[in-house]
Amino acid sequence: MSKIDLKVNGRSLSVESEPATPLLYILRNEVGLEGPKFGCGLGQCGACTVLINGAAVRSCITPVSAVKGEITTLEGLAPQGKLHPLQQAWIDEQVPQCGFCQNGQILNAKVLLDKTPHPTNAQIRQAMNDTLCRCMSYYRVQTAIKRASKAMAAGSPVAEEGVVA
Amino acid sequence: MSIRNSVPQQVEDVLALHRRGFLKSAGLLMASLGSWATEAAAQSATTSQGPGPYPILDFRQVDSWIVIHENNTATFYVGKTDPGQGTGTGFRQLMSDELDIAFDKTTCIMGSTDITVDQIGSGGSTAMERDSWPMRRVAAEARRVLLEMASTRLGVPVDQLTVNNAVITAKSDASKRVSYGELIAGKKFHVTLTGDSIYTVTGKAKTKTVPELKYTGQSLQRDDIPAKVDGTLKWGTGVKLPGMVHARNVKPPYACAKLAAIDESSVKSLPGFIKVINKGNYVAVVCEREEQAIRAARQLKTTWEKPATAPFPTSEKLFDYMRTAPSASPRPSAPAVVGNPDGAFSAAAKTIEAEYEIPFQGHTALGGAHALADPSNGQMTIYSNDMKTYGMRRCVATFLGMPADRVRVVYMAGPQGFGRSAAEDAACEAAWIARDLGRPVRMQWMRDEETAWDTKSPAFFVKMRGALDAAGRLSGYDYLARSCDLNHVGYNEPDTVLIAQLMGARRANPAAGSAAMPSDMYAIPNRKMVGEVVGLPALWETPLRTGNLRDPNGPQATFATESFIDEAAAAAQADPLEFRLNLLQAATGDDSGFRRARSIAVLKAAAKAYGWEPRPSPVRRGTGNILTGRGIAYTFRGLTMVAQIAEVEVNRQTGHVWAKRLVCAHDCGLVVNPDGLRYTVECGALYGLSRALHEEVRFNTEKVTSVDWFSHPTLRHADTPDRIDVVQVNGDPNPNRPDLPPYGAGEAVLKPMLAAIGNAIFDATGVRIRRVPFRPDRVLAALKAAKV
Ligand code: FES
Ligand code: FES
Repeated sequence: MSKIDLKVNGRSLSVESEPATPLLYILRNEVGLEGPKFGCGLGQCGACTVLINGAAVRSCITPVSAVKGEITTLEGLAPQGKLHPLQQAWIDEQVPQCGFCQNGQILNAKVLLDKTPHPTNAQIRQAMNDTLCRCMSYYRVQTAIKRASKAMAAGSPVAEEGVVA
Repeated sequence: MSIRNSVPQQVEDVLALHRRGFLKSAGLLMASLGSWATEAAAQSATTSQGPGPYPILDFRQVDSWIVIHENNTATFYVGKTDPGQGTGTGFRQLMSDELDIAFDKTTCIMGSTDITVDQIGSGGSTAMERDSWPMRRVAAEARRVLLEMASTRLGVPVDQLTVNNAVITAKSDASKRVSYGELIAGKKFHVTLTGDSIYTVTGKAKTKTVPELKYTGQSLQRDDIPAKVDGTLKWGTGVKLPGMVHARNVKPPYACAKLAAIDESSVKSLPGFIKVINKGNYVAVVCEREEQAIRAARQLKTTWEKPATAPFPTSEKLFDYMRTAPSASPRPSAPAVVGNPDGAFSAAAKTIEAEYEIPFQGHTALGGAHALADPSNGQMTIYSNDMKTYGMRRCVATFLGMPADRVRVVYMAGPQGFGRSAAEDAACEAAWIARDLGRPVRMQWMRDEETAWDTKSPAFFVKMRGALDAAGRLSGYDYLARSCDLNHVGYNEPDTVLIAQLMGARRANPAAGSAAMPSDMYAIPNRKMVGEVVGLPALWETPLRTGNLRDPNGPQATFATESFIDEAAAAAQADPLEFRLNLLQAATGDDSGFRRARSIAVLKAAAKAYGWEPRPSPVRRGTGNILTGRGIAYTFRGLTMVAQIAEVEVNRQTGHVWAKRLVCAHDCGLVVNPDGLRYTVECGALYGLSRALHEEVRFNTEKVTSVDWFSHPTLRHADTPDRIDVVQVNGDPNPNRPDLPPYGAGEAVLKPMLAAIGNAIFDATGVRIRRVPFRPDRVLAALKAAKV
């Protein structure tokens, strides 16, 4: 075991861990975050996605000692309780079913929109293709990405003609 | 029995906490089942388990279902679980309507065995169709009782009172008013209901008619979604308890393998190592930390003996085996015969024949089976996403030999399992180890383990024959389905759960399984239909275990029957829609659920939404490598009618199939939440598409070789259609019917999708593929063979 320093959602902390331990278990069990999920442990599904310096990383296959940079998890996306436009779009479009994959859907969508603010359908499908959902929320995920893209362009997460509450 | 007495203190504290939160921000989302369970879990982490015992609540008490708080809000307690299709929100809509309280002043707690009545949990699309009824009746009864209380308090006869948003007012004098909260707060109803079972339980009040329902029928937002999106939801996978440890299974490397030796020294010196657990062929490793348990389970040296005979054929040889295997049906079921099928075949102008094959398909939930078991105070609390928590409670109690009232299951959010989480293995494993160690144990199945060893939907072989008369009408029909489904494991049961099997349990009579019959309203005058179950050579300790995957065998049977109707239409050179409509309209009789009229209505609605142009299939469309076609299929499940149309693009060069557009016309009676229903239908259709295009369990004669997302693939973002239309045909042909009931929504949707895709591929290419999934290599080989 060694002491490893991490910066997670703006907070500096240190954890005791073997260097080879995948980041996922450290975030879930030592830091107490539940955004990143264990889906496959193989880098195939995206459920464990976190952002490191803004890039999507599969924490299930990333040794904790290899992390260089700031980690953001789903919990860190709405720091002051104000939802990120993607999160708002996810509520407006009523995207999750069970929600288990949605951490990966939202964070991978964020990386996509950061790079490509106005993605085409084809770009969305390609960028999101390795983020799996077994409830089959794909269609609404894609719709919500387009909604968030519009809202971000307009400068605010406006709810358009969404499902009414 | 009362809620308060039977709720353990720390859960009660949580509820109190939750009620306080409710006061603060009434009108916003309060407690979804998830956020409640979250708090319960968080609370449990800091306090020891409550004293118990944990008996099942008395469903005949209004107090078991509804609590009304001082601040004029209500909490509903229901014995259902909502794995993610919004049923919890739907229950709130219906119960708010019956109780006459504002929807946003209510919250719903679900599925935790000691604080909600036993309504089994979820499954079979029964949420609205069956289980919303007792909830409605109890809520209506609570309203009636409150009106009586108000009558006494205000000195006004009940028929002179009105209720609006939980406030009762005298019709003639608005100053005479009292709220539900003022009438009952802090007290209990102490009202006993009648009825022998949870399905028949009722008070004296009548439920409302459809026109009187206010929230029901509105697209209210789901209450579980915000916490799933902002990361605040606590999941069953994340519960932490003081002193908890982590376990991982060490599965036999082959089906039916016998453990010969364990070399404990291979892991003894690993950091955090606690214990190797072993009984019979069950092996697990426990460590202090999760990553340690994963490593130790991988590193543990075990020696296994292979079985003397192969437990199953290879996946390539499966259908050869199923064609000839002896029927395992306990009583060979007599064929269902209508008319004179032999006569129809001998008089036929043309006969057609076809055989269809549907392989085993896995549940492969996005996350593996998991549970946390807490053995403190000589009891057992399980934190789990099991969809049938009450069955799991009984299973764990019997498996451990504990009194049932010492076991409870706290229902938590988890990866949706569609039947896998009703026959899940982790809870018994966690509980077994927890009792052994005297510490809380978290068990989690790894991906390879889950994909290989989860329950599978049964493989089907279906042989069909049809007689067409001179006018091109289908006059005779032969259906033989063989389902590989012996020893079907539908639910958590103490003698079939995998750990019990590995420890040597053998049920004398394996579950019979089933082979579905066609479900359509076609007026085919002469029919013979047989369903037979066959078994694999090995029935126990094998990863090829069948279970309930959504509609357990509807998609398989419907792939055959609705492909075959299409083949008959093509043989008659008829438009496939018109051919179906003619078969439906060839009889005029209907049933009490208007299934015939509603079958016709969904087909017509789908065709209209799609812009269906009448012509026979196939017509090769498109030039170059991309061929385009359309396919239609229809069926029903129970009283829910579905028609699907798929438009596909088939790439001649690669064999790749893309469903460009889907239209689903659906009729499940009363719609509780239109947007929620639309989404359930959309996701169900895509799930059917996934099974049509991708899913198949592969195995050699020793083991399942599908172990990850490549070897058991699933639908992905790139497969998503450009457009999905959901047409809600809901209603029935009797316009004056005020009491239209809701029918099951989700499972029906999957059934016709496999055939709709196969029919569209045929329309595009002229090639009929009778085996799913339509993976590129299979499609390409079929196109090549037909020189397309
Ligand atoms: S859990 Fe990391 S990619 Fe699946
Ligand atoms: S919403 Fe359930 S896995 Fe994606």
